[in-house]
Amino acid sequence: MSEVRRPTRGSWAVLSFPLAMLTVFFLAPFAIMFATSFYHRIEGGFYEPAFELASWERLLQGVFIERTLFSIGICLLAGAVCIVIAFPFTYFLTRMRRRSHVALLVLIMSALALSEVIVGFAWSVLLGRAAGISNILVWLGVMDESAAYQPSFIAVLLGLSYIAFPYCILALYPQLSRLDPELTEAAQTMGASPWRTFWTVVVPIGRPIILAGFLLAFVFTLGSYLIPAFLGRPEHWTLSVFISDQATFNANVPFAAAMALFLTVLSLGVVGVVTWFEGGTRR
Amino acid sequence: MLARGGLRLEGLVKRFGDVEAVAGVDLRLPPGKLISFLGPSGCGKTTMLRMIAGLERPTQGRVHLDDEDITDRPPHLRDIGMVFQTLALFPHLSVAGNVGYPMRIRGAQKPEIQSRVDELLGLVSLHGLGDRRISQLSGGQRQRVATARALALEPRLFLLDEPLSALDANLREQLQVELRLLQQKLGITTVMVTHDQREAMTMSDLVVVMNEGKVEQVGEPLDVYRHPGSPFVASFIGRTNLLRGEASDGLVRIGGRPFDVEGVVGSGPVTLSVRPEDAHLQTTPAPEGNALTGRVVFVRDLGELFECYVDCGLDEPVVVAGSPRERVDVRQGQSVSVAFPREACVVVEG
Amino acid sequence: MRALKWILTSFVVVFILAPLIIVAVVSFNQNRYMDFPPEGFSLHWYAELWNDTGWRDAIVTSLLVAAASAALAVAIATPMAFVLRAYDIRLAPAIFALGILPFMLPPVISALGALVFWSSLGFSGRMENIIISHAIFFSTLPLITVSLAMETMDPALPEAAQTLGANPRTSFRTITLPLLVPSMITGYAAAFVLSLNEYIIAFMVSRFSVVTLPIKIVNDLRYGFTPTIAAVAVVFILIATTIFTLFALFGNLLKFLGADPAILERER
Repeated sequence: MSEVRRPTRGSWAVLSFPLAMLTVFFLAPFAIMFATSFYHRIEGGFYEPAFELASWERLLQGVFIERTLFSIGICLLAGAVCIVIAFPFTYFLTRMRRRSHVALLVLIMSALALSEVIVGFAWSVLLGRAAGISNILVWLGVMDESAAYQPSFIAVLLGLSYIAFPYCILALYPQLSRLDPELTEAAQTMGASPWRTFWTVVVPIGRPIILAGFLLAFVFTLGSYLIPAFLGRPEHWTLSVFISDQATFNANVPFAAAMALFLTVLSLGVVGVVTWFEGGTRR
Repeated sequence: MLARGGLRLEGLVKRFGDVEAVAGVDLRLPPGKLISFLGPSGCGKTTMLRMIAGLERPTQGRVHLDDEDITDRPPHLRDIGMVFQTLALFPHLSVAGNVGYPMRIRGAQKPEIQSRVDELLGLVSLHGLGDRRISQLSGGQRQRVATARALALEPRLFLLDEPLSALDANLREQLQVELRLLQQKLGITTVMVTHDQREAMTMSDLVVVMNEGKVEQVGEPLDVYRHPGSPFVASFIGRTNLLRGEASDGLVRIGGRPFDVEGVVGSGPVTLSVRPEDAHLQTTPAPEGNALTGRVVFVRDLGELFECYVDCGLDEPVVVAGSPRERVDVRQGQSVSVAFPREACVVVEG
Repeated sequence: MRALKWILTSFVVVFILAPLIIVAVVSFNQNRYMDFPPEGFSLHWYAELWNDTGWRDAIVTSLLVAAASAALAVAIATPMAFVLRAYDIRLAPAIFALGILPFMLPPVISALGALVFWSSLGFSGRMENIIISHAIFFSTLPLITVSLAMETMDPALPEAAQTLGANPRTSFRTITLPLLVPSMITGYAAAFVLSLNEYIIAFMVSRFSVVTLPIKIVNDLRYGFTPTIAAVAVVFILIATTIFTLFALFGNLLKFLGADPAILERER
């Protein structure tokens, strides 16, 4: 290796600070959480050191399994909705005139800067009975009286899609902006309509980033707490809400810990499988 | 100024994993001269330069500068100035900031730095451009800044890694001359890496031809050109016709015809090198001296240069080149003979 | 196809804007109650943000936590990004993965981890807890921005510095570090904004002892709606839009987001 690139004592010393921080404040909490999942739960929110499999056994119960399947389902759906809209949109975006191009990007980035609580609040108003869509429709004379569309499954789905959407666009943007316009032009000189060109040239080339964007949206929505909590009834809650609920209001920290570890494995597993799959199908 | 910067490279070997980039080099290079390491990409010339600079550690061997063993010394203690292929100009500093950098980090005072920077910018014809940002400069100007920066502290060695490769052809030729004149004026020992043999020929006092990690030949440019020591050197430096044949008891036959050539003894395969400009076309039916007959396959008349490709039944067509004065009227398909004067035939193999 | 492009774009714009507009309308409503059409126009709720100590304290707390945790995040990430890219270290991919992991996992996991960690230390419910936990969680962002800057830097620059007489420490201080500053600032800004908006980690770590802005908003919403919440939302939106518009006008927003340089040439 190049002489100036050989790690020195000094470089290891410099690396020790971040490593120490990550070990103490990230790995240690994980270890403690792992231990806690075996602890005995005492009524009232406390727990004492023990070795019980009670919390882990609850993972096999119907309630938990149902929550897990629901979470995966709704997040896959939100991810799909996101990417299906974001991909063609970003493609068109990269080909727009400078002004509209930049204006749209400013809009998207501004949406990114919103916190989940504000997004949840905004959608709850928009889908609510007092000052939302239905009120506008009543005012326009289309509907007779206003209705509340939240809390509901569709409200959670919309909310999740909303927060994941800008991230999807950010993930797709660099690669789509690099798509050589001559590729699509070549296809058109060979007789493909813009519609066909999109499906036979752009989408196949974009496959890796479509997958990456979908994965990003999926993992991101899986981690969302406030949106499902705000916009959905308990039957619409995802694992993130369930875990947090168990840890705080139900005061069952060992169970929450077990679930959190399960969710970790699930998230990493999904990412791992999809990445491996994508790597394998690439030639 | 006492000539300093005498380099001695002793048994240098560099391995990267399984790959041997430099396979054993022993060289003694004279101080005060411009020496080129010339060769195709991958021949190890850049690795050699980096070992001299201290940016790579030799797997085996030692590097001596003015009889001091500097092999274990890090680059910042080696008294060198280097121009990199990408020029490596610091984007966050101005021109003056770049050129004054070596002095600034040694704690020199502002006025001192300022006057030296002005002196250096004058040396490379960049008067008054001290305040410019690097991004505002043209390719040629950037090259000069890199040169001025490297020479700021009058180092013992001036090292250049393909310094002109990023420039277009006209600018390259102009800067080749400028760099050479500068080097001569300062009398500084200079080692330059290039894959462009014309560049090496233009600028060097000494050429070190490398191939596959080894030194093929060392010599003055014209010397190496006229007396190549191997087929590789013959074809890498300029163009040549490589004529392969057999010798038996000192008598050479090429393409079945007898060739009168100096310096062949014994028997075995033989390769001769004859430069295109030394070969002549003869349309007289009876070829005299060393000659081969063949058919013209291509004529290239560039006005200032005339070339003719003749298929004489060897591996490749023979190329005959000449100035407009020597143009012979030939057409494609015509039968001709090509003469190879005795003095022009150099034995490069066998 | 053209029609599809305009339909899609309009749909996206409406989709993104709709909740924002509704919230803006509500924030200017004179009435305490949300209704539509709104009755009267008032900036009263914006004044509340300043006058009400509850809101003011929450805003200040959030700003402090964000400023401190973002700084700590950059302090953790920069040495890591530098060493991993400047030197050939065999375990580099694993160490880098460790740096990315906190952010990749669902936040509730880090939140619960932080909760049990601080409880077991008997040291919880304080601002420092949130600052440290946020810093670790968000250190991934500066790690990525600084790593990217290291990757795109000409590797010959530190080599050149050394041939000019700079030892490795001087080379870092005078050449590498100044060139990393823009990416450190970007990482800081990203961590700052995310920390400002973050709920679940702050909540689980501090419970009710430290009230950040998101925590206050969620608490208030449990007890019923006040338009002040809408006013907060609008302020956030305006600040973000202003910053990005300025960036777009005076900086290079497209390049920042990874656009192809060729696009920047197109001035149709």
